[in-house]
Amino acid sequence: MSSASDLLERARSGNTRSIARLLTIVENDEPDAAEVMRELYPLTGTARVVGVTGPPGGGKSTLVSRLAGAYRDRGDRVAVVAIDPSSPFTGGAILGDRIRMRERFLDQGLFIRSMASRGHSGGVARATMRVVHILDALGVGTVLVETVGVGQEEVEVVRVADTVCLVTVPGLGDDIQAIKAGVLEIADVLVVNKADRPGADEAVRDLAMMQSLGTRGGSGRQRGLEREGSQWRAPILRTSAFENTGIAELMAAIARHGEWARESGEQDRRRRDAARAEVETLLREALVKQVTDRIGPAAVDAAIARVAARELDPYAAVEGLLGA
Amino acid sequence: MEVIYTGVHQTPEQVVETALQEDADAIGVSLLSGAHNYVFPRIAELMKEKGMDDVLLFGGGIIPEEDAERLKEHGVERVFQPGASLEEIVTYLRDAVAQKRGG
Repeated sequence: MSSASDLLERARSGNTRSIARLLTIVENDEPDAAEVMRELYPLTGTARVVGVTGPPGGGKSTLVSRLAGAYRDRGDRVAVVAIDPSSPFTGGAILGDRIRMRERFLDQGLFIRSMASRGHSGGVARATMRVVHILDALGVGTVLVETVGVGQEEVEVVRVADTVCLVTVPGLGDDIQAIKAGVLEIADVLVVNKADRPGADEAVRDLAMMQSLGTRGGSGRQRGLEREGSQWRAPILRTSAFENTGIAELMAAIARHGEWARESGEQDRRRRDAARAEVETLLREALVKQVTDRIGPAAVDAAIARVAARELDPYAAVEGLLGA
Repeated sequence: MEVIYTGVHQTPEQVVETALQEDADAIGVSLLSGAHNYVFPRIAELMKEKGMDDVLLFGGGIIPEEDAERLKEHGVERVFQPGASLEEIVTYLRDAVAQKRGG
């Protein structure tokens, strides 16, 4: 295997294989990850990162494929990061999002990468962030991050995004409640996909209703304005990824949100939050490692065993380990 | 094991490009169409072009024994016949990938 600096050089010149290797290195947090990040991080910050999330069966992959195509048509280099859940039992995963993107497999300006969530809480969010950094640094203009959005983990994942699109479909009925409040609140753009199907009007109405329930103040929100001052109210759009309609309108809404986020300071705030999460996580991991290295993993295991046997409480165990 | 499923009817070019972008350890092709004598050598050729010498190529399907032997010369390291057990395939993959990437 070649060294990290060779890889970096080849990745910068556009070598697909080297780019893919770099992504693996940061995804798995391999030993070279620190060097890769040191070289590339200063080059990040220019990509537009769009998160696409929503319940399964909403046609997210097809929609992402359409969006990717539309951004490509404008001349952007585009990357898709498609995240699927790992099995909690075997740790394995079947990643099938590419099936919907096959017409674009040979487009050299489009890089598609599948990722498994690998089951560790918060882990996938950090890995996604690192992968997005690499793509950003290598000159990708638009990164589309796609994830099944049903819970906390997904909320974490889309933190990497400048703009988050929540995709739902007609006919979910009361199941729309399955879109947890927290997930609805992170949405900057709401999309009713498969809008060519019956029930689209109801789906739009349901979303508007849920949105108004969550509204905090702001007369603009009540009047249904998209933006007023520092407030943003997620617009509700209709698309049909299958019939390829509504895509231009969706892109326009994403662009408007981006503009608002830059002007209102929201973008800076999100990027600061993301940076904080990244640094604090690494700091925590480093501190745990430092302590473990100093006192030895056996001492930690012994303390854990005593807690399990109810001889020691968890607080006292930690205090003891830190004082050791 | 993480399996990236591409869907059916992929061209050799699509298969290799996907494996490249995904940094795959192995490419597995299931083929029932009888086109194996074209598809496998073409994939192997593209892999060589892209320098993917540490990526395993294997396959399965209705492939006559004598063809399977010839495909081995083209770099298809293993061909599974119909009826091969999942266990057999998984065990093979674990060992073969470890050898390829480790060695």
